Amino acid sequence: MRDVVITGVGLVSSAGEGLEAHLAALAGGAPNTDAASFEPFPVHPAIPLEWDRQIPKKSDQRQMEPWQKLGCYAAGLALDAAGAKEDAALKSRMQLIVSAGGGERDYAVDGQILTGLRQADNPGVFLNERLMGDLRPTLFLAQLSNLLAGNISIVHGVTGASRTFMGEESSGVDAIRIARERIASGQDDIFLVGGSYNAERPDVLLIYEMGGFLWKKPYAPVWERPAEGGMILGSGGCFLVLESREHAAARGAKPLAAIAGVASDRRRRQPGSVEGALHGLSRQLGARPELVISGATGIKGITDEERAALKDIAPGAAIHATGDLVGHTMEAQAPIGVALAAGLIAGGGPSEALVTSIGHWRGEGAIRLTKA
Amino acid sequence: MALRDKQGRPLVAVTGMGVVTSLGQGKDDTWAALTAGQSGIHRIERFPTEGLRTTIAGTIDSVDVEPFCAPMLSERLAMLAAEEAVGQSGLASSDFPGALFIAVPPVEMEWPQREALAKASGQDGDVTYKDLLKAAASGDFRPWHDLFIFGTVADRVADRFGTRGSPISLSTACSSGATAIQLGVEAIRRGETDAALCIGTDGSVNPESLIRFSLLSALSTQNENPEGASKPFSKNRDGFVMGEGGAALVLENAESAKARGAKILGYVLGCGEKGDGFHRTRSSPDGMPAITAIREALADAGLAPDDIDYINAHGTSTPENDKMEAMSCTAVFGERMANLPISSNKSMIGHTLTAAGAVEAVMSLMTIGTGRIAPTINYQVLDPAIPLDVVPNVARDAGVNYVLSNSFGFGGQNTCLVFGAEPKGA
Repeated sequence: MRDVVITGVGLVSSAGEGLEAHLAALAGGAPNTDAASFEPFPVHPAIPLEWDRQIPKKSDQRQMEPWQKLGCYAAGLALDAAGAKEDAALKSRMQLIVSAGGGERDYAVDGQILTGLRQADNPGVFLNERLMGDLRPTLFLAQLSNLLAGNISIVHGVTGASRTFMGEESSGVDAIRIARERIASGQDDIFLVGGSYNAERPDVLLIYEMGGFLWKKPYAPVWERPAEGGMILGSGGCFLVLESREHAAARGAKPLAAIAGVASDRRRRQPGSVEGALHGLSRQLGARPELVISGATGIKGITDEERAALKDIAPGAAIHATGDLVGHTMEAQAPIGVALAAGLIAGGGPSEALVTSIGHWRGEGAIRLTKA
Repeated sequence: MALRDKQGRPLVAVTGMGVVTSLGQGKDDTWAALTAGQSGIHRIERFPTEGLRTTIAGTIDSVDVEPFCAPMLSERLAMLAAEEAVGQSGLASSDFPGALFIAVPPVEMEWPQREALAKASGQDGDVTYKDLLKAAASGDFRPWHDLFIFGTVADRVADRFGTRGSPISLSTACSSGATAIQLGVEAIRRGETDAALCIGTDGSVNPESLIRFSLLSALSTQNENPEGASKPFSKNRDGFVMGEGGAALVLENAESAKARGAKILGYVLGCGEKGDGFHRTRSSPDGMPAITAIREALADAGLAPDDIDYINAHGTSTPENDKMEAMSCTAVFGERMANLPISSNKSMIGHTLTAAGAVEAVMSLMTIGTGRIAPTINYQVLDPAIPLDVVPNVARDAGVNYVLSNSFGFGGQNTCLVFGAEPKGA
């Protein structure tokens, strides 16, 4: 089996642009929070970006909604960081796995239709007429899950082949897992892997509010929300360039860290199951971390169980919660955790890190990183 | 015969298959209808169609779910197909000894749910998302969180069949079903698992998804004669017809399948894929990505173009796809393409979107198993630009050992699979 290393990170969020900005933010200070726009729901908003810098054509920008633009921008940063951006031949054989949800809606149109449906003589016909008349044709392509990958292929020329995984937090872990396995087994040499999330959307707030998962008070760290619990969604995007150690060396790319293992599972949730799952994943990976980047959501029960498990798994390790830096970015949470861990390892900090991903509703995963 | 391929990887056998389409439930019924040239396309009765440009589809109306919505119907279709497939394989029906890879349509909350939230909010002026959020806070809609997040269909299927590990939900648009199979093949070849349950499912014919495709001018508008609307490769083709379906394949390491005495229905010999960065909905004019995907699949299978006996086409009936597919196949198969049978199941069941690659994989294996090629129906007007043997209108008996199945999708997705009765040289 071949070693798999990280040679590029692209990261944007409420904490800034680029790995350095995020590592600096990790050192201290409260996260960037918008409590007003979706009151009573705080969100961690993406910083304003000059889209032109990674998505040069306005025509491409117009075809994308914010979740895709965040991802496409982060993908460009990762390619730059890996020294791959200008290598068309390399990008044409680079494989792509994206963890994605779906895209935005036209909120004004939805509201108008719901208002009109109330009085419509024939609601079905009214709905047809309004959707036919009011939906922008291109909005469909901005919503489709696999079109983040499609846009990355178009904008950045990454055209090995793409696969899009769905399924909330788990999809981020499994995207990294499958990419790592394909490299380790020798099937492929180099991947671009990651995801993005736009939290500043009433339709995603609606889904999680229906389930009772959202924190509705001023920002508090994830470990300090236990009584009622809840998550604060965050906007951001993160892509990683993964390749075999030999492939990186051959093209002179400097690895930040190695991905020593990725483990994921799905346990029926009941009291104690998350704590048990983390112990199992840690054993499976042979983890002895000096650093933990936790994807904890702040949701009651599972957040406490994770803290309890980490006390045993990583005694004495520094523990950072991604949620306290950028909020909960759903499909992008695991890639962001890996990016932060890789950055800290590359900076001469810990020699081994564990990234956790306990899904808000299902799915448990962990990723072990070591010095490259 | 060796149970490893020429690259030393475990051979991947198919030991169970299941399918449900607008033509029927179960692979035998569906296959009988397909080879009889029957169409499952009909007028949509599920919702009012006044004001729509397209009023026909291959919906599956025999399956009832509550509440009626795309994730519930997609889940049910996946369950039906997987029950048939796992049942045929003889593996444990609730303790499946391997991983789950499932292609599911991207889901979101639908209009009946939005309307219910708007009503519950008590807002009698202009409705906004603020009102929906207020209603959501009541806790009365809790189950809809689970229903409309992306991982739920996979979670429920994994629960039902007891598959191992984290199930993978995926989308590669209209090649999703093929990608699910490819992921299963790869996992078995890497030795991570000896079995994989690979599913494609799509039950998403609802007003908004139909309108979205309609606004992209992707759908046939020849509503007068629903059964004649899907006309792959014909000169008068004018778009695809949406269809619903579910298909499941049990893949196994051939060695463990033989060791337990399982009946092997065929092999997945090769997978090929290639991305296309040309355009969001159109393929590169030179056809390079599709050509590469076909060549990669053949190379992965250890076959030459001359070995292929039949192509199960993507064949959507859109002007663009069928022209590009014909060009790409001709580039790979050369002059032989004039006589190499290629037919489109979509002429009868419509385009089952997320499920299509898996549905057509089952049909490709049925072709091998029965020695009969399903036709391309509605082939009345020859397109001089596409001089192919599309097995026009009537099924044909033929010895078929190796099949190429093509799947192409929006977003530059090109995935091709090669199936065989036996590996070459066995």
